[in-house]
Amino acid sequence: MEIYAICLKRFIFTQGTFVLITMDVLEVKNLTVNVEGKSILRNVSFSLKAGESHILFGPNGSGKTTLISTLMGLPSYDVVSGTIHFLKEDITQKSVEERAKLGLVVSFQNPPEITGVKLVDLLKLCLGKKTEDAFSTDEQKLIEAFRLTEFLNRDLNVGFSGGEKKRSEILQLIFLKPKLLLLDEPDSGVDVESLRLIATEIQNYLEKSGASALVITHKGDILEYIKAKYGCILLDGQFHCFTQPLSIYEDIKKVGYEQCVACRRRIVRGWKSEQRK
Amino acid sequence: MHLNQSTVQARVNELYEGKLELMDVKAALKKYSWLNDYMWKLVDRNKDEFTKKVAEDYSGGYFMRILPGAEVSFPLQSCLLITQKNLEQRVHNIIIAEEGSNAHIITSCLQHSAVPKASHLGISEIYVKKNAMLNFTMIHQWSENTFVRPRSAAQIGDKATFVSNYVCMRPVKDIQMYPVAFCNGEESRVSFNSILYGHKNSQLDIGSKAILTGKGCKAEMISRAISRLGSRLIIRGLIEGNSSDCKGHLECRGLLMDDQSYMESIPELIARRKGVEITHEAAVGKISEKEITYLMTRKLTRDQAVSLIIRGFMDVGILGLPDALNAEIKRIVEASTESA
Repeated sequence: MEIYAICLKRFIFTQGTFVLITMDVLEVKNLTVNVEGKSILRNVSFSLKAGESHILFGPNGSGKTTLISTLMGLPSYDVVSGTIHFLKEDITQKSVEERAKLGLVVSFQNPPEITGVKLVDLLKLCLGKKTEDAFSTDEQKLIEAFRLTEFLNRDLNVGFSGGEKKRSEILQLIFLKPKLLLLDEPDSGVDVESLRLIATEIQNYLEKSGASALVITHKGDILEYIKAKYGCILLDGQFHCFTQPLSIYEDIKKVGYEQCVACRRRIVRGWKSEQRK
Repeated sequence: MHLNQSTVQARVNELYEGKLELMDVKAALKKYSWLNDYMWKLVDRNKDEFTKKVAEDYSGGYFMRILPGAEVSFPLQSCLLITQKNLEQRVHNIIIAEEGSNAHIITSCLQHSAVPKASHLGISEIYVKKNAMLNFTMIHQWSENTFVRPRSAAQIGDKATFVSNYVCMRPVKDIQMYPVAFCNGEESRVSFNSILYGHKNSQLDIGSKAILTGKGCKAEMISRAISRLGSRLIIRGLIEGNSSDCKGHLECRGLLMDDQSYMESIPELIARRKGVEITHEAAVGKISEKEITYLMTRKLTRDQAVSLIIRGFMDVGILGLPDALNAEIKRIVEASTESA
């Protein structure tokens, strides 16, 4: 019986992966976004396959946060033109809550402090539980692994350190069981141990669930844990150089964003001209 | 006017024998001649027309005494009920927490909702003696036609702590109160916490005052107020520092839910000695849009997010009560905010 169950699970899993791999989880077409009347993203297009993680690099103010905020549908990010499809559904006009319910989640760089709202209650809401319901053993274990047990009855983010806020954000996201995680610098302001913990748990979740992730980062350390095939640089409202993230990171470290983009542009052009011949 | 007064009191006295005494204040004055020294000592009988009225004639009130060293670990409901119409209830209460005692008292003033018009004038004088701790929670559940004027004052002795909690959830016609705590004792402490929910044209003018005179004494005031459906709320707070090493902090947070309502916060800080450390923070406004959006990213609808924020805002955790009492008051608060 047990063997049968395992086989069945594997079968579903392979079938699931097989179906998902061929599918774009996210498809952004010709997206132009203004913030307070200023154009931040200009006509950008990209897609993300199911089960894939993508790393987004770029200097401060290049529009990375604007991109994931727009994908999530947060207010004050005006989509001037273009479309966003999530799991084949046009979500460009959908509310934040609708997108969340479809399986899109975002981690905030600076989550708000909400007095009186206890972390424990929000975690249960994320799990779709009522406040009087108990956590399962697995959920309890994950809370402990995230070292958040003693924060459960504290007001949300009130007096939390940078690392504590990040751990609470990521745990909430995992409890939401998303299909696509938008992670805004999950590694900033986090100590080495917390980073390993957060990144390992993200990768665990991605592997188990077959979900995808779009990760903004300035650092390379997180690449050790999150297995991303591709990365790119967002500069001047446009994407550049889709390639293996570690090599992008190494180049940025060596020559900076501007030069890195310029160099890879040439490579891309060269590649294109070769194709034309 | 205290419903089933004698039977309730007999039961309480039996339950808490050796720990607490509860009786009508008039009967107590007959029994204990020394009690006269506690009447009109903290509240000035000529303070205003309401104190004058009670001084002229009053129907009774309760006398509560927590005996030296006694620990009263669960609540006492001293219910003052108004059931007659056009009634002007005048009461005078005396509470004495004797040396080294430790008590959590919850009183609730109730009014039958069928009573169309009534007023409640109540004097309370509270004495917290050396090393005693008194956590006194008042839950007011008036009707929309009640006019309420409590006049309360407390005196806090050496190393004693007085926590005064005020919870007002149901609509009321008009309430004005400004209880005062005299921290005369060395290292005495006072906390005033209030949870106020103004709705249906309620007029609430609620303040608290702490006079810090004892060496190293401390005051803390926290208010959380919501104003909606044409209510007017004025939240006052005054901390007066008269000794050089006293400390005080005042925090007022108010949410205004619509354009028909009104919210005013008036914090006052007075320092008379150098080295006095008194601070305040006040914020009134609408619910933060960022908080709502944040919760919506966690699959909550806008309405669910708003209600979660409001319930959190009215956090009974600020009252410093034991868990069982917290749960009970939380239930009252949540029932009131949900039905509205």
